[in-house]
Amino acid sequence: MKIDCTGKKYDILNREIAALEGDITLDNCCGQRFIAAGASNKTLTINGIPGNALGAYLDGAEIIVRGNVQDATGDTMNDGKIIINGSCGDAVGYAMRGGKIFVRGDVGYRAGIHMKSYKEKVPVLVIGGKCGSFLGEYQAGGVIIALGLGYDDKDVLDSFCATGMHGGKIFIRTNELNAKITPQICVTTASDDDIAQIAPFIKEFCKCFGIPEADVYNKNFQVLSPNSSNPYKQLYVQN
Amino acid sequence: MTAFVFIFKFMDVKTMLKKEGEIRIPSGCAISGLISKKGKNICGDKVVESMTVMHERSNGLGGGFAGYGIYPQYKDLYALHIFYDNMRCREECEKFIDEVFEVVNLSKIPTRKTPKITNEPLIWRYFVAPAHNRLVDSQLDEKEYIARAVLRINRDLNGCYVFSSGKNMGVFKAVGYPEDVGEFYRLDEYEGYSWTGHGRYPTNTPGWWGGAHPFSLLDYSIVHNGEISSYDANRRFIEMFGYTCTLQTDTEVITYIFDYLLRRQKMTLEEAASVIAAPFWSVIDTMPPEERQKLSFLRNTFGSLLVTGPFSILLGYEGGLMALNDRLKLRSMVCAEKDDMVYFASEECAIRVMEPNPDRIWAPRGGEPVIANLEGGLS
Repeated sequence: MKIDCTGKKYDILNREIAALEGDITLDNCCGQRFIAAGASNKTLTINGIPGNALGAYLDGAEIIVRGNVQDATGDTMNDGKIIINGSCGDAVGYAMRGGKIFVRGDVGYRAGIHMKSYKEKVPVLVIGGKCGSFLGEYQAGGVIIALGLGYDDKDVLDSFCATGMHGGKIFIRTNELNAKITPQICVTTASDDDIAQIAPFIKEFCKCFGIPEADVYNKNFQVLSPNSSNPYKQLYVQN
Repeated sequence: MTAFVFIFKFMDVKTMLKKEGEIRIPSGCAISGLISKKGKNICGDKVVESMTVMHERSNGLGGGFAGYGIYPQYKDLYALHIFYDNMRCREECEKFIDEVFEVVNLSKIPTRKTPKITNEPLIWRYFVAPAHNRLVDSQLDEKEYIARAVLRINRDLNGCYVFSSGKNMGVFKAVGYPEDVGEFYRLDEYEGYSWTGHGRYPTNTPGWWGGAHPFSLLDYSIVHNGEISSYDANRRFIEMFGYTCTLQTDTEVITYIFDYLLRRQKMTLEEAASVIAAPFWSVIDTMPPEERQKLSFLRNTFGSLLVTGPFSILLGYEGGLMALNDRLKLRSMVCAEKDDMVYFASEECAIRVMEPNPDRIWAPRGGEPVIANLEGGLS
């Protein structure tokens, strides 16, 4: 089923999507917000630029975006998958609580901010390129993997990564972590167990975008996790 | 919950028809801009079109545009755009204008009636030069003379508001959605080398014609998406230098800060940006010595002009545009290039409407200015 989004208001478009099941293709998408919010039983392919809050509260549906996405993609998503062939604006995976987001390109500021997990609900965000500042800010659970494919190690992360993180893990594909990380965070080189944890996600990511897995495993991963021996007692960030 | 409180407060305000400055209501907005670095003429409807896809970022309480290079036939004169509450205000203001300026041309600004824009004030345009003898007597440079006259009208003459005062540029703004404001002012009949646009979602002030963006003084104009938390600190500092903030909106104070830093302190755009969105001390500490010294000096000397809280702004000036985000990047901003064109917008979709296939599209970092100037400066 195809929908031409030209000139279509977001509320009308979303009502049309909600009424359909199965495979849906959106053409000429241009800034319509909240696409597939809360959707569960469909697969959506998007040509064009979807608006903010794509797949918010997503509950099992799959979304494939051919190009870039804007801000707050997958906001509070619960289940399902979002595959982005381009890059993301700010706050992708905001407060995500389940499901997976795969980004082929770069992400803006605050990717994975306040991701969380509970029992079997473990959200996963895999970033192919580089990350803006505040990656994993206030992260409370789940897994963020930044691969930095095509970038030098020093360019994969920007400032203030994992600020306020108190749960979950961030994996950075780099032999050496150049970014300054706050003392509230532990940084270790990934163990075999760590790698085993992310291997299925790497496999799936590589399959989505046709990338050989060997190109990912040619570097070490550094793992960021909360340092429980150094609790938060100071300012969030010094002005 | 707070949102509802604000809405009710706002409804009260509207029924009482209060103006900016008379009440504060504690913004999501949309901004967009484009420039031809080769100085090619761009029709005003282009920027209007880009605002249309960001409709949800505004709420109909303010929209506006600034165009540069739009008055080539009067390019050496200052174009004053003025709102008047009524004819009496106009007569009073024109007395003052005749005293301090030489008026070369005056007319109503042409508008197109649309049911979506109502309650318009009287909207007049004057092409002026400073009255020669008054200027000589004042011992001021020309721009300072003009700025003082404009600030004086806005402060002292009730019911009169100069909302544009630069050379070869003009601001057009109203209460309404930006696309309707563009139609109202017939922007499809103007051409310029650069344009900025704004759709307003006021959260601090009630939404009056004068309070719509862009805000401008001389050729500086600002469109702003955000809600700065340093308003009073900034205002107290800038008012020491003869600026009067009459509207309680953060955008007005940002405009004056740029005028102060660029025109009066003669800073470069990059220096002004590093005052307004100064890097964190922890970042300054990691810089090479010379840069560290310079940025420490700017932060220490102009600490009161640090703008905190979320903002993304576009500064328009004679010959260029600059985009700037707050250093934490709490508002979105996307930039793109295609040949000699540079585009800026709150959302990528607004750029794709203007240019479907840019050569490069990127999001600048917080506090990192993106500057696009006319090649070879002003001709």
